[in-house]
This record gives sequence, C-alpha cells and structure tokens, in this order.
Amino acid sequence: MYQEIILDHYRTPHGAGLREPFDAESFQINPTCGDEITLRVKLDGDKVSDVSYETLGCSISQASASVLTDLVVGRSVEESLRVLAAFQEMAQGRGQVEPDEDVLGDGVAFAGVARYPARVKCALLGWMAFKDAVVRTPQSSGGARTDTRDSEEAQS
Amino acid sequence: MTTLEGVNVQKLRADFPILARTVREGRPLVYLDSGATSQRPRQVLDAERAFLEQHNAAVHRGAHQLAEEATDAYESARARIAAFIGADAGEVVFTKNATEGINLVAYAMGNSSIRTGLGPESERFALGPGDEIVITELEHHANLVPWQELCRRTGATLRWYSITDEGRVDLDSIELTERTKLVAFAHQSNVLGTILPVAELVRRARAVGALVLLDACQSVPHMPVHLGELGVDFAGFSGHKMLGPSGIGVLYGRAELLAAMPPFLTGGSMIELVRMERTTYAPPPQRFEAGVPMTSQVVGLGAAVDYVGDIGMDAIHSHEMALVQQTLNGLASVPGVRVIGPRDLVDRGGAVAFVVDGVHAHDVGQVLDDRGIAVRVGHHCAWPLHRRFGVAATVRASFHVYSTPDEVTALVEGVQAAREFFGVVS
Repeated sequence: MYQEIILDHYRTPHGAGLREPFDAESFQINPTCGDEITLRVKLDGDKVSDVSYETLGCSISQASASVLTDLVVGRSVEESLRVLAAFQEMAQGRGQVEPDEDVLGDGVAFAGVARYPARVKCALLGWMAFKDAVVRTPQSSGGARTDTRDSEEAQS
Repeated sequence: MTTLEGVNVQKLRADFPILARTVREGRPLVYLDSGATSQRPRQVLDAERAFLEQHNAAVHRGAHQLAEEATDAYESARARIAAFIGADAGEVVFTKNATEGINLVAYAMGNSSIRTGLGPESERFALGPGDEIVITELEHHANLVPWQELCRRTGATLRWYSITDEGRVDLDSIELTERTKLVAFAHQSNVLGTILPVAELVRRARAVGALVLLDACQSVPHMPVHLGELGVDFAGFSGHKMLGPSGIGVLYGRAELLAAMPPFLTGGSMIELVRMERTTYAPPPQRFEAGVPMTSQVVGLGAAVDYVGDIGMDAIHSHEMALVQQTLNGLASVPGVRVIGPRDLVDRGGAVAFVVDGVHAHDVGQVLDDRGIAVRVGHHCAWPLHRRFGVAATVRASFHVYSTPDEVTALVEGVQAAREFFGVVS
C-alpha cells in the first residue's frame, strides 16, 4: 500500500499550508479516527488557481491532499471534478478498478489503498474537502465567502 | 514460556480456534485488540450451539417442555452471572450491550423527569434545570453521549472531572453539589488503562445523595469485581469483551432502585396487567427486558463466566498485568514512543495506549497489520480524552488471558519497524 510515490508526497507535501486569498474553505473530519483537514480553494474564473490545506492525519490522507493539489490546480472546475470522480471510483473500487494514469497521475499510487477498506476514507478526506469547498465558492453558490472553521465544534 | 502467573496460556489457547489462523499472507495472528472485542473459546461456542440444537424456545412464555428448558437455561445463566459480579439474580438485567444498559438508565431517568402518570417512587430519578450529571473526561462515548442527551432533554447540566497528565482523575477539579443527581464513570479507562478510585467517587456521590453508575466494560472481563461491595447503584458491561457472545450485555442495578425505576423499552414480557387504557409493570428484572430476549447469547455468556471463573479472575488479572509490564518496558526501549496513561502498574489494567513521534497511529497500525498484529488505532470512542492529551489518535494494545509474552515482543518489534519504515529513526 505504501508506494514510494505516497511516501514522497507524505514527506514533502505539495501546496501544504493555508493561504490567502481564497474563495471558500471546507473543514472535514473522519469520525472513525479523528483525522482532520481544512482546505481552501481559490478560483480564477472557471479555473482552480490555488488549493491550500492543513491536515492532521496519517500518511495516506496527507499524501492524498498533496497529490490532489498537483492534479487540480490549473485545471477547470469541471475537469477537476472529473479527476475527483475517477479518484473516488478507484479508491472505492476494492482493488477491482484499473486506474487511468493519464487522468490520475501520481494518484494511481493510491490504487493499493482500495484493498484496505478501513483506509479508503483516509485517501478521500482531502478530495471530499475539495468538493465541498468548490460548492461553497461564490462562483458556485452565488453566496458570500464561507469560512467553516467557526463551525468546527458543531461538526465534530 | 507456557505459563505466566499460574495461567497455562499455550494449553488454554487451544480452546480458541481463531487464534490458530493466519492473516495477511500466512502470518500467524497476533491478536492484541481484546479491549475492543475478545475471542471466544470452544466452550462458549459449544454452549450456544448445544442450546440451539436441544433447547431453543422463547423464554418466559409457553408451557411446553422446550419453553421450560429454555427458560431454565436463561435463568440459570442469569444466576451464575449475578454470582460472578457479586449481585443477586434480580439485579441483573440483560441488554443488547453495555451501551444499551447505560441508555436504559438515562431513558428511565428521562421518563421519570416528565412526571406524568408515574408514582412518587420515580421522583428520585427525575431531573430538571439546575440539576447536574457528573462524569469524567476519560469516558467512552457510551458513557458520555447518553448523558449529554439526557441533559439536553431535561435542561440539566453536564459537568466532568478533568484528567491529569498522568491519566488519573483530578478529584479536585470539581466539587459535587446538592444538585448532583448522578455520577457516572468508567471503572477502567478503555484507552489509558487507568483504574478509577471507585470507593472515593462513591463516597463523594453518597455525601450529596447522588446515584452512581459504573461503566464496567473494561473491568469485569479482566479482574475480580464485586459490584455489591463497590457500592455502586448501577453498572454495565458487555459479553463480547469477556470471551462471550456479542449482542448481550448486562445492566446491574441495586434491587431497591430497579424496583422503583420506570421502564425504558415497553411491550411484551415487561407487563403485570394490561388493559386498553393503561398497563402496570412487572417487577425487575423482567420490567426492563421487553420483547423476546436474547437466549443463546445469554447461555453463551453464562458459559463464558464459567470459563473465566474456572481460570480465576485473580489469575487472569495477574497474567495481563505481567503483559502490561512487559509492554511498558518494551515500548520504553523504543525511542520516540510515548505511552499515554499510567507508566506503572499502580491502579492500572490491561490496556496500553501510545503514540509514535513522527508516525500517525493509522500508519503504525498498518505496519503492524502487515505483520499480522491486530491492534486498535484511532480515538477508541474517547475523542475528548484524546483532545485532552493533544493527540488525534493513539495505538492501543489490549490483552486477555490468551495473550502471550511472544505477542508483546512482536508488538514492540513492529513498532520499531514502523519507525524505520517511515524514516523517523535518528
């Protein structure tokens, strides 16, 4: 499960840390283990111009967030969500889904995680935060910038 | 080593078929997760099967021979389980698990608080705004969330004793008051292994007239416990943590209190007289066992009590404490490993939680799993306790009578291997 690519991203995560400016933020937790991620999205028109995040979690969840930033920054929201769908399909595929490296890049390293059902949520935590944050952007929701940090207690 | 503290472990392990299997590509199973659920010996599995093959019927109904035999088996198990914990048979209520037992008390108190149509005897269980329920910061969610919910429904206030850096209850952190109606706490922490000062907490609760509920999930399966002598009012534990079946738990309640307490679940079996307009209730324990109860599970738990009773709870506790000492010594020899909870054997039971600097608990657990070692990782349903110690998750090793020194050695080697794998070896 611990591919070298995963360990590389874990040791040297790409895009880590929370940055300004951002359009929306999402806070997600994994209730079974208590792992957390706060993830921010900045859009430039239809394009994802930045993803920044802070995680409290295992190597899988941290590496997954790092790979996520590589895969979605610079892409359109629509394309990003397609990559997300492919990653999710692989992660939840119980090892039966053959990943497409052209779509998933380093993300294919997480195919092994799919064989460990208890760890699938770890791999998906950052992606679920990304999906939620995109929905919360003013461009998507038509609303004002939303900051979810204040509602941490309510969610956990 | 085949014997440890008077327990012939190797001989006894033959009673547990699951311990002979391999996992993760042929590795022998090293099961160090008995605090979550224990494994069952053939004696328990056989008792369940024999009951189902020979005596199965709905208990406490019907007058045919099987109904008599099933009821005898059920009530015989109740009597043996009651004797095992120092209680009378009428003080043992069968529930689905310990969580349901605690909820039973919480809902009975909630029902008492509504104060419509109940007799004056239920008034001692009633709560309202200004009243308090007191717990501790180390509780399992099962002994926390039901009380949060009861407070929400009644307007009462939840308060808690805080926990010291050593993992002990800080008895000076709060004072009980005349408004404290219930003090609920774990006998032994499911994470830290700490054994709480039951006698002192009971004394303080008595001084203000509060009831006491003991979460005995981690004590009754592992050490001699005489609930009558402890002087608590209620206690709950689960069968599956004491070599017995899942789907069966026990709520102990002092006879006088159960007699005064209104029911939680209502329906068949728990009634005395039913008319279309209203119903009167059966005496305890039947009042709290609505519907056709678990039967083979109760019989299995009776067999589990016989099994551990034959070995002796003192011997089981001594055996586990030898393993805890070995674990504490072994982990202390690995740099960067920090045990959360007591580092000695004083007032301690058989659960050891730890963190490894630079390696998340999930990752430690994964490396151990690849070596065939089953431990628990995460917050172990005690999330506030983990926040208290500033950690998101811990690794927990826990034991039972079948655990061996070789398994502890494998654990310590596995933790060392996890450090090496993630490159945190200095």
